[in-house]
Amino acid sequence: MTLLTVSPSGLTAVALVSVVTLAIGAYGWRFSRTTSDFFVASRSVRPALNASAIGGEYLSAASFLGVAGLVLAFGTDMLWYPVGWTAGYLVLLVLVAAPLRRSGAYTLPDFAELRFETRAVRLVSSLLVVTIGMLYLMPQFQGAGLSLGIVAGTDPWVGGVLVGVVVLVNVLFGGMRSITFVQAFQYFLKLTALLVPAMFLLAVWNDDGHPSPAGAAPASWATDMAAAGDYGLYTTYSIIIATFLGTMGLPHVVVRFYTNPDGRAARRTTLVVLVLLGLFYVLPPVYGALGRLYAPDLVAAGTTDTIVLELPGRMVDGTWGTALSALTTAGAFAAFLSTSSGLTIAVAGVISQDVIGDRLPGVRSFQAGAVAAVSAPLVLAIVAEGVGVARAVGLAFAVAASTFCPMIVLGIWWRRLTDVGAIAGLVVGGLLSGGAVVDTLLENEHTGWTAALLAQPAAWSVPTAFATMVVVSLLTPRRIPPNVARTMVRLHTPEAVELDRG
Amino acid sequence: MSPDRVRVTHPRTAGARPRPRTARSEIDAQSELGAVYMSSLLRTQGRLAAAVLLVVLLTLGSLPLLFELFPGLRELSVAGMPLPWVLLALVVYPFLVLLGWLYVRRAERNESAFTDVVGR
Repeated sequence: MTLLTVSPSGLTAVALVSVVTLAIGAYGWRFSRTTSDFFVASRSVRPALNASAIGGEYLSAASFLGVAGLVLAFGTDMLWYPVGWTAGYLVLLVLVAAPLRRSGAYTLPDFAELRFETRAVRLVSSLLVVTIGMLYLMPQFQGAGLSLGIVAGTDPWVGGVLVGVVVLVNVLFGGMRSITFVQAFQYFLKLTALLVPAMFLLAVWNDDGHPSPAGAAPASWATDMAAAGDYGLYTTYSIIIATFLGTMGLPHVVVRFYTNPDGRAARRTTLVVLVLLGLFYVLPPVYGALGRLYAPDLVAAGTTDTIVLELPGRMVDGTWGTALSALTTAGAFAAFLSTSSGLTIAVAGVISQDVIGDRLPGVRSFQAGAVAAVSAPLVLAIVAEGVGVARAVGLAFAVAASTFCPMIVLGIWWRRLTDVGAIAGLVVGGLLSGGAVVDTLLENEHTGWTAALLAQPAAWSVPTAFATMVVVSLLTPRRIPPNVARTMVRLHTPEAVELDRG
Repeated sequence: MSPDRVRVTHPRTAGARPRPRTARSEIDAQSELGAVYMSSLLRTQGRLAAAVLLVVLLTLGSLPLLFELFPGLRELSVAGMPLPWVLLALVVYPFLVLLGWLYVRRAERNESAFTDVVGR
């Protein structure tokens, strides 16, 4: 990192986002009194606000920086990432949104215990929540480090620590209630931070006679749907499976559903989320495409992740260019802060319930969990540099799709799913997808099919996990939970009907 | 020794009279009839979900295969943009929202039908 790149306006933007985040959080602190406030904002968040908060939380560094960078580097195929991250919400809407809310549980392990009526599934689920959470938090801190490095020339660890501290302060004092306001604000900040500069950039491009980005790229860039070598079709479908099915298994996504007042509101919230994500995801590919014309050197340099931060300064001269760059930098920090906050809440909830338990009183135990949830991946991010942001996030999706997705979907729709079947599926799916993740993190070299299968494991690990759960459940019919009929009433009937829900 | 006094009552008092059973009490009692109500709700909602997912599979899910089998489609240009870009960067989002909206409408309708049948 060289100190020549210091950008005062970029630094101001980062400072401003951090301060505003803390200020809005402080506004929420006044309302956070009970443990229920901390975990689920006492379940009183309305669909519009809740949907903005979900959008704010979901659009991470991978969405804000990673998508544009991938499109710039690899072209059309990479559009499947934003499409899959949006379609994942449609799958979540039709399969699990209302039942998940109606289950009335705080976290995924709570859901597991409610459905299977044993502690064992709960413990396996807790372990998985912490694993997926760490896998997702680590790249957020790394992305923050890289971005702050670009605007301020700092060492990579500084940005990560900054994000970690801001998140921790908000979570420690305000919990979910305060974070809901912060997240909602950050969705609109991120949308503005991409939308406004994009309009300027498109105007400049139009003045230049709107040349085709495809003309400045290799022929395969704009048209190829299978650019990833000989196994492009497999890779594309594996990405589709991981993203479409992985969303529902992400700990920070699921915990948001418990903040809805009822199942109907959970559905409507998800629909608004679809709209918000659709609006946002139109924008990153614009940066990727314009990058082909105005910043092709980033492809050669292998630093395409910075395109969103650098493009405004390159295309617009003078003060305006600096201001627009500062805006995208602010958006990037909003992305790191919001996703890290959501993940921290989810992981802290699980650590406090299942690791700390009754050893500390409710709110204290949540706060202790939050400290653990932030510090462990922060240390990992500082120690293990060089795992790409979008890559690690993509792997988290694959693990979630291979473990929680089958457990939730079958648990909600198939009464014969047993605890033994669920555990077997979680373990098999977790080991298969997790093994591929470890292999990637160790940067082992493979060729041919082995490389393709290990780089994108979802296409084979997800069906295997589903099959394991079904087969083992059919072999253990005596393990069907005794109260499963009552649980089904609880998951599927509208709240307006007065029924015994167990 | 006379036996303890026993109060003799007519058997058909209010407490003993069988009350008309409601659909809700059938579900609560987990009777066979209650199970029928529940599996009917699950089947309706499950079929709706499956229908939406099938549409996604046949449209979005078939795109990579279509583009692989008919490479000419990739070269098509719509309004100055390559067809894959028009579909994957623009059209797909309103399409997903439309599907979601249709789903929510039908799911809520199914639930109010259930509520009407079993009563509040």
